[in-house]
Amino acid sequence: MNDQTNKWIGKRTIRPDGVDKVTGRACYAADNSMPGMIWAKVLRSPHPHAKIRGIDTSKAEALPGVKAVATAKDFVEFPIDTAVPLGIQDMRWMARNMLAHERALFHGHPVAAVAATTAEIAAEACKLIEVDYEVLPWAVEIDDAIAPDATPLFDHIQFEGKPSNIAGKLEHKKGDIEAGFAEADVIIERSFTTRPVHQGYIEPHACTVSVAADGKTTVWSSSQGQFMVRAMTAYLTGIPQSDIRAIPAEIGGGFGGKTIVYLEPVAAILSRKSGRPVKMVMTREEVMRATGPTSGAKMTVKIGAKKDGTIVAGQGTFYLQAGAFPGSPIRGAAGCSFTPYAIPNVLSTGYDVVCNRSKVAAYRAPGAPIGAYGVECVLDEVAQAIGMDPLEMRLKNIAHDGTKAVHGPVFQSIGFAQTIEAALKSDHYKTKLTGKFQGRGVANGWWFNAGGESSAQVNITEDGNVVVTTGHPDIGGSRASIANITAELLGIDYDRVSVLIGDTATIGFSNLTGGSRVLFASAMVVTESTEKVIEQLKQRAAKIWGIDASAVVWENGEARPSGEHTGNFPTMTLAELGAKANETGGPIGAGSQQNTTGAEGGFATHICDVEVDVDLGTVTILRYTCVQDVGKAIHPAYVEGQMQGGVAQGIGWALNEEYIYDKQGRVDNPSFLDYRMPVCSDLPMLDTIMVEVPNPKHPQGVRGVGEAPLVPGPAAVCNAVSNALGIRFHDLPLSPPRIVAAIDANMKQAAE
Amino acid sequence: MAKIHVTTTINGDPTEFLCDPADSMLDALRGPLGLTGAKEGCGTGDCGACSITVDGRLVCSCLMLAAEAEGHEIATIEGMAEGEKLHPLQQKFLELAALQCGICTPGVLVAAKSLLERNPDPSETEVRYWLAGNLCRCTGYDKIVRAVMETAAEMREAAR
Repeated sequence: MNDQTNKWIGKRTIRPDGVDKVTGRACYAADNSMPGMIWAKVLRSPHPHAKIRGIDTSKAEALPGVKAVATAKDFVEFPIDTAVPLGIQDMRWMARNMLAHERALFHGHPVAAVAATTAEIAAEACKLIEVDYEVLPWAVEIDDAIAPDATPLFDHIQFEGKPSNIAGKLEHKKGDIEAGFAEADVIIERSFTTRPVHQGYIEPHACTVSVAADGKTTVWSSSQGQFMVRAMTAYLTGIPQSDIRAIPAEIGGGFGGKTIVYLEPVAAILSRKSGRPVKMVMTREEVMRATGPTSGAKMTVKIGAKKDGTIVAGQGTFYLQAGAFPGSPIRGAAGCSFTPYAIPNVLSTGYDVVCNRSKVAAYRAPGAPIGAYGVECVLDEVAQAIGMDPLEMRLKNIAHDGTKAVHGPVFQSIGFAQTIEAALKSDHYKTKLTGKFQGRGVANGWWFNAGGESSAQVNITEDGNVVVTTGHPDIGGSRASIANITAELLGIDYDRVSVLIGDTATIGFSNLTGGSRVLFASAMVVTESTEKVIEQLKQRAAKIWGIDASAVVWENGEARPSGEHTGNFPTMTLAELGAKANETGGPIGAGSQQNTTGAEGGFATHICDVEVDVDLGTVTILRYTCVQDVGKAIHPAYVEGQMQGGVAQGIGWALNEEYIYDKQGRVDNPSFLDYRMPVCSDLPMLDTIMVEVPNPKHPQGVRGVGEAPLVPGPAAVCNAVSNALGIRFHDLPLSPPRIVAAIDANMKQAAE
Repeated sequence: MAKIHVTTTINGDPTEFLCDPADSMLDALRGPLGLTGAKEGCGTGDCGACSITVDGRLVCSCLMLAAEAEGHEIATIEGMAEGEKLHPLQQKFLELAALQCGICTPGVLVAAKSLLERNPDPSETEVRYWLAGNLCRCTGYDKIVRAVMETAAEMREAAR
């Protein structure tokens, strides 16, 4: 699409759901209530690892006000040694994460649930449930979990023929790694650790579920996918999908953490048992103890380069914590970390390590920021060793169209070179730092981006306006972009387009809001639907005029006769055609359902300036610029918003955020006070440079933008701090105690 | 336990409600009063999503007992717009896309309005420190701070 002719694509329109969200009217999951509704609470394991020998719920059931109690035996039974895949999840793990079966695998693991007339009674009843535990040795850290004497979390999982907490291995190979390193003039090898960090959405998980006497089930919840909620609830409860209507509430942040269920199936079973609608809302402490986070990791990265800066070999070994059940994002860590570069010889290996902490959930480019942290920090040292500018050295080695990525695919149309060149030309990069203890860091990042299943319906109302329905929860303004596209295609004013998110009964299957896929995929089905509608409008006008539909064109929101009929009839507007819909053939509207393909990956380059207070160990972000190939920015303000939000999360990951465990294997900082996410006064303005290299496989050129901006962040910040102090840091977060300790150790070393 | 009867003013309207002694003001707003604009993000006063004002003073309603509303004037996000007319901050947040998921937005707006009532010409630093009690995980705060600064400038201009 040509920018000059675009009226709505690329405009900063006001989002369709905006007024509701600034006036407090928008209905999030916990805002819903129903007549007759009761409340449920969850009993959680006090042990990080224990066999469950028995659960006695009789005293809880006898408490006045209690309406139902549920344990694992009330749900579908999945044998522990048989995979039940649903997308990238496994329902045998999902079932056990929702409610412990054979073992409690982390402190805070749900063991039973109670529904009662009030939340207080439900909580009181939970205390009356007697669980017979056999406490087992536990491990929350990777090294403890893979130690030879570690207690396996699962009897059936083996690695290299022995019972193990290594639940999986992934290897990407290209070229000959040994021969590659033999060619290198400079080889740098470093080991790193990152800590688990939580997605940090401000809205705790919540749902209301009503199961009627005939089994018809209605779920109101906030998630990143109502169809995911429907499918997982069906799997875990045995209720057929056709009997479940999952209605998406507005969602108060997800970042990947709401791509699985914790509550909905439990509430469904409690509702079925009690005959009442059941509401569940997690506390923040429950969110921090038992949902998310992403993996902590340990890794070793080795990179070899020639004196001229050509990288000849890259090797990475990444151990990622999965938490209590297999499934850490090793694909993101091992698959994305070397992908930005055309390195002839690569060996990238990921290990999935189970341990006694909450099951990890997706977090914004899952695994990729972890792998990029190691690789981009080593690249910085390589550039330093050969005396090259760190961005120039990266530019010399980047992937181009036609480069085969280490995980397999060949890049078709990427704007990575343009991204780095824009960073090099930026005012930020050209402005030199002058202060003491100030430093600059750069890093690159890449994310796969996803396509997948989406559905849309576009209907013309009788008064000639437009209602678009899609199936993806809108977390960051996607409705506004869909309205921009529809208005553009139809040639009408933006405010004549309403965009709704359908529930599972009112719109066709649509995969999750995740993988940076929503606008990419929904724009494709909305475009196809709108094009069908335009064909119908042309046919209706042709019928009224008594000419062939091929002689009608649609322009600027009007049907116009063309060719030999040009000027023979007055043009007809959408409103006029809408009013005549019934007499010309019935309602006007069309849908589209596709399994979309062609999502091209996204590249980002970050520049970060910091100043370190060497007495306090605090790091101030002085300036930050995020440069990214965004394909085509349909709504630039929300694209910038994705970039800025990703940057802020990367800064938090780098500087402050971490799970701290006590000596009993319990999370010691399960609150927003002690789990320190960036607050407003921690950050400067966050500059963005949108590089637009349209995706040729998409009607509007869209490329996913949501996840790539988190990937380079931790490395960019770490490189900046290292640059400021002349001390390399390998372990996150760069919290004040760690920085002060490094400065002290450095001074001690210098004195000796 | 016996309920406590509370007489108060909410968004200018005389209001009565019953609450348990342990109920927070947030519980009362979101429960019997049906005002769900204030959100519970943490329940411990760390996130600011439940921000309201009491006699013009900004508070986290999760940290205030409902019974303490007796005789005071409460203002919530639901009272910020005048009918169909949005407050300039609400309008500016929409224009600048200063919200993504929107869960923190009611609290941020209540807090920002409270700032501008005290300080119509805040510096960026003053805005950032005033809003430091309102967590937002989506935006990185950039557009929020810009929206507050721009609104302040426009309101100063309008008041001249």
